[in-house]
Amino acid sequence: MAEAILETAGLSKVFGGFSAVSDVKLRIETNSIHALIGPNGAGKTTCFNLLTKFLQPSAGTIHFQGEDITRLKPADIARRGLVRSFQISAVFGHLTAAENIRIALQRKRGRSFDFWRSDAVLRRYNDRAHELLFDVGLADAAATPAAELSYGRKRALEIATTLALDPVLMLLDEPTAGMTEADVLRIVALIGRIRAGRSILMVEHNLSVVSGLSDRITVLTRGRILAEGDYQTVANNRDVITAYLGTDYA
Amino acid sequence: MFGLTRHQLLGFAVLVVVVIAAPFVLYPIVVMQVMCYAIFAMGTNLLMGSVGLLSLGQAAYFGLGGYVAGYLVESLGLTPEVGIIAGALAGAALGTVFGWLSIRRQTIYFAMITLALAQIIYFFAVQLTDFTGGENGIQGIPRGKLFDVFPLTRDLAIYVVVAVIFLAAFLFVYRVVHSPFGQVVKAIRDNEPRAISLGYKATNYKWVIFILAATLAGIAGGTKAMVMGIQTLSDVGTSVSGLVVLMVLLGGIGTIFGPIIGALIVVAMQYYLAPFGAWVVVIQGAIFMICVLVFRRGIIGELAYRLRAEL
Ligand SMILES: Nc1ncnc2c1ncn2[C@@H]1O[C@H](COP(=O)(O)OP(=O)(O)OP(=O)(O)O)[C@@H](O)[C@H]1O
Ligand SMILES: [Mg+2]
Repeated sequence: MAEAILETAGLSKVFGGFSAVSDVKLRIETNSIHALIGPNGAGKTTCFNLLTKFLQPSAGTIHFQGEDITRLKPADIARRGLVRSFQISAVFGHLTAAENIRIALQRKRGRSFDFWRSDAVLRRYNDRAHELLFDVGLADAAATPAAELSYGRKRALEIATTLALDPVLMLLDEPTAGMTEADVLRIVALIGRIRAGRSILMVEHNLSVVSGLSDRITVLTRGRILAEGDYQTVANNRDVITAYLGTDYA
Repeated sequence: MFGLTRHQLLGFAVLVVVVIAAPFVLYPIVVMQVMCYAIFAMGTNLLMGSVGLLSLGQAAYFGLGGYVAGYLVESLGLTPEVGIIAGALAGAALGTVFGWLSIRRQTIYFAMITLALAQIIYFFAVQLTDFTGGENGIQGIPRGKLFDVFPLTRDLAIYVVVAVIFLAAFLFVYRVVHSPFGQVVKAIRDNEPRAISLGYKATNYKWVIFILAATLAGIAGGTKAMVMGIQTLSDVGTSVSGLVVLMVLLGGIGTIFGPIIGALIVVAMQYYLAPFGAWVVVIQGAIFMICVLVFRRGIIGELAYRLRAEL
């Protein structure tokens, strides 16, 4: 069995009596693309919030690269190379597309409290920012405020911003939601290209994207793992068919 | 220069000319007061504009700056620049502690905590009479000699010092906003969870802004004490905290020239409306209401919007 980049045990989250995530055991292999699927409200986004510590787990542990990260703060998780995107497109609306990416790039400078220095020092990140914009098809939007981009292009910008940190493990929450067919193909191609040397966990409703990209799939319903395996295994699982399409089809 | 845009450079040039000409046309004391309040408002605007936090206790840092400067110069006979620098450091130190206590709160909770903390400082200002003079304040603070060399007794002499501090504060705030740090602060203001998910500790950035705002308040308070020669209990009171917020709102939150215009209007009103006695408050209130209704973005904010420029 290949090495795991991320492993959880007994991961649970209770919201005032309601179990959104229960006893989830996830194992993401290094350099794999792992999909997390399930009906609406299954707890996928909650899982992401737990893994990135935007929510504190009610129970369970999270190990990343062999280290226990269950007690870390969200910003520290990101600094270790576990970077997420958001289901609801998250960009910095008042900043241009290029500046959005620079925010990610400049994080690596370390000393980022230098309020006395001119922001001209950030120009050295422009080339890399434009490269990334080009990769996601936003080359023409570099100087456009992010708030003015269409929904699909905001999503593309968000992926580019996440990529700018060169994450070890990327968590993508529905990266292609709300995109046109052409944009979806571009993003799928992009993910295919950037996967080398990194691991990806993604939530995705578009099953053709899932089948085309993922090495392994975990199906979640009502906060619990229902099935796990490669696409064929999962697609033929009776429980999965029932959960997705209702009992009549099973 | 300093990365100012064309409109901003023009605005800055106008500002410099006005600062140079003003003492020959208006009472230097009044203009200096405007400049001191403008520095205070620039700091408060940093907090309100760039991290979107409304503090109702900025008078604590302004008042402390004034007391520290006044005490060192009046009681210990130190030079004015030492007094002002000490006022700035005192503001920074208090801002560091109070900022740490309040910065994790949002909106109304943040406002309430800053107000409560400022009330503690007011309480001490009343109680520690050896240091603050209590109800009497610190009277007769001598302007002394700058660097122990240049006497500041004449209004024009101290005017030069205040003008330099004021213009330096303006450029400093501009630089903060347009620094790598300022860029991250803008990102946090736009989308805090996203900034955190990229590895930024949002709270620390807000904290630094809070400290900078307190430092500017300390400089403003210390400078004002030197100019007026007195430091009173009212400088550390709630109404001053409210006044500086009004200056920012009137001028336009998040604009670089707004706090100056806001300070000018508020100080001018206090002078020109003085003959109306108790009615001042009512007239002030009416003017504020009209301004807020007509210029929702503040005066400079509205102007910037019309010109589609950053001001
Ligand atoms: N902060 C919260 N407080 C209370 N309940 C919550 C909270 N966050 C999520 N939930 C609940 O937990 C359940 C799982 O939500 P979650 O957003 O994780 O689902 P999801 O699988 O991402 O769904 P979708 O496909 O619609 O995005 C839902 O019933 C939701 O209402
Ligand atoms: Mg979700």
